[in-house]
Amino acid sequence: MKKISKYIFTLLKYVSLILASLVAIVPLVVVFFASFKTPIEFRDSGVLDFPNHFTHLENYIRAFTDGNMLLGFLNTMIILIISMIGTILTGTMTAYVLNRFEFKARKIVKSAFMIATLVPAVTMQVTCYQIMNSLQLINTRTSVILLFIGTDIIAIYIFIQFLENISMSLDESAIVDGASYFTVFFKIIMPLLRPAIITVVIIKGVNIYNDFYTPFLYMTSRKLVVISTSLFNFQGPYGTQWQVICAGIIITVIPTLILFLFFQKYIYSGLTQGAVKE
Amino acid sequence: MDIKFTKWIKSRQGQKWIIVFTFLLIPLLLLIVFTYLPFAKMIQFSFYQMGYLGKREFVGIDNYVQVFTRPDYFATFKVSIYYFIGAFIQMTLALYFASILSFKMKGRNVFKGILFLPYLINGVAIGFIFLYFFKRMGTLDSLLTLIGVPIEQIPYWLKNRDINNISLSFVSVWRYMGINLIMFIGAIQSINGELYEASEIDGANEWQQFRHIILPSIKTVVSLNLILAVKGAISVFEIPYIMTNGSNGTTTFVIQTIVTAFKYKKVGLASAMAVVLLVLILLITAIQEYCFKDKEARQ
Repeated sequence: MKKISKYIFTLLKYVSLILASLVAIVPLVVVFFASFKTPIEFRDSGVLDFPNHFTHLENYIRAFTDGNMLLGFLNTMIILIISMIGTILTGTMTAYVLNRFEFKARKIVKSAFMIATLVPAVTMQVTCYQIMNSLQLINTRTSVILLFIGTDIIAIYIFIQFLENISMSLDESAIVDGASYFTVFFKIIMPLLRPAIITVVIIKGVNIYNDFYTPFLYMTSRKLVVISTSLFNFQGPYGTQWQVICAGIIITVIPTLILFLFFQKYIYSGLTQGAVKE
Repeated sequence: MDIKFTKWIKSRQGQKWIIVFTFLLIPLLLLIVFTYLPFAKMIQFSFYQMGYLGKREFVGIDNYVQVFTRPDYFATFKVSIYYFIGAFIQMTLALYFASILSFKMKGRNVFKGILFLPYLINGVAIGFIFLYFFKRMGTLDSLLTLIGVPIEQIPYWLKNRDINNISLSFVSVWRYMGINLIMFIGAIQSINGELYEASEIDGANEWQQFRHIILPSIKTVVSLNLILAVKGAISVFEIPYIMTNGSNGTTTFVIQTIVTAFKYKKVGLASAMAVVLLVLILLITAIQEYCFKDKEARQ
């Protein structure tokens, strides 16, 4: 009897997992099918039907060229790289100073950063927009980059936590040997922070690549589309051409998929660390 | 004086001040300009009737009164309820799958990966995937007709006011379940394995193990995730904005705020809404802090 119940339990376990996995991937798989269909084929076939040829790439070509996705990738890459470097530099510098030095304003500065994590970023845009406007930065990549660097407090949090577990004896002995604080920071602290930097790169990379409202609000010019906004713009002109939209979706998802396959472990640990502090 | 100053610069104390100053200058400047200044302006603007340009008129708490009394604004809070319920379902599912996937079994990593994957996908792509999913004769309708449901009986998932918010909260559950799953798995795996062995010797079954070993040990992570999900539920924006643009009663509070600011250019009113949301979030955070005080003290 006990054996039978154990058997049923295992069966139920797998049935529920398979069902959930289907729910997770079927919506994406049918989009993948549609992306290879010709317009006539799309009209005449069902959503669940396989495409005639998985080699029909016209939708992809149209999504890339007419849909401006190539430009979207380029802009996303530029913003991603600069924001990433900026975040890592400002984040590690802030964390280093707040963790290793005693000074009067330290507590105030630290709380100033921590309190800022509580503010929901979307609604802040109402007035942030006005500030960007008076800085004359609307419709520049700088606006989005500054927001990505300047409002990323989670990175600081992660760096501080990491530094708390690095003994100060290393920096101290270097200082005794006559190294300046700058040398200590760049030669000792930065290399030690590598695991934390990887975490931040992952969280930041996923966030920037997937972010929609920041570029949507601050970069409305056609020349400044990023991946998210170029895909969003498919809505109007391709409203009825689902096969092209589907190709656009797949183009957007593929880099994420590749990254996930290669860096699965880092992504799990990185994102869980990031999510707790959000 | 000059010599003294140069000496001070060269001293340890001087070096310390230089590094503190130079390293904090830019981060603090950014923090002030893009977080605290907008925050201060948000509070100031919330008492004015104003646009981004032109005249301002002080109106006192009138904007706040509007947020709570105008039905088209206040109604958006009701939409949150759907996402709250979605959040609970999301937690339950994540907990269930986490307690399965934390232990050795065939295909564990594949299932874990598949269930987590939606969390990584671009929000706009998710919006479009589910427009395709919910459209007439889209993915869902095709699956339903496949199992014999006549098409006339299938509702319009995104237009029908009775169910469109349920459809949208489903998308939210689909998108975010994976992150809770991963966090729960992490928590469950940090439980001491000897506890299970001991309980097995005592003859405990899987449910008893879940109830008496797993659940108590991961209570904190679950409540933390629940609070994050509740915060998420009141600040839903992306998915309904991309999918329905807030039409047919799917406008959430944040969509309404953004539309009020950027489409109708009622910056004063939108600021008041943003303040209300902020206060709500702070309240939830305060509850969280209060509930986890013991836990924090231990860490």
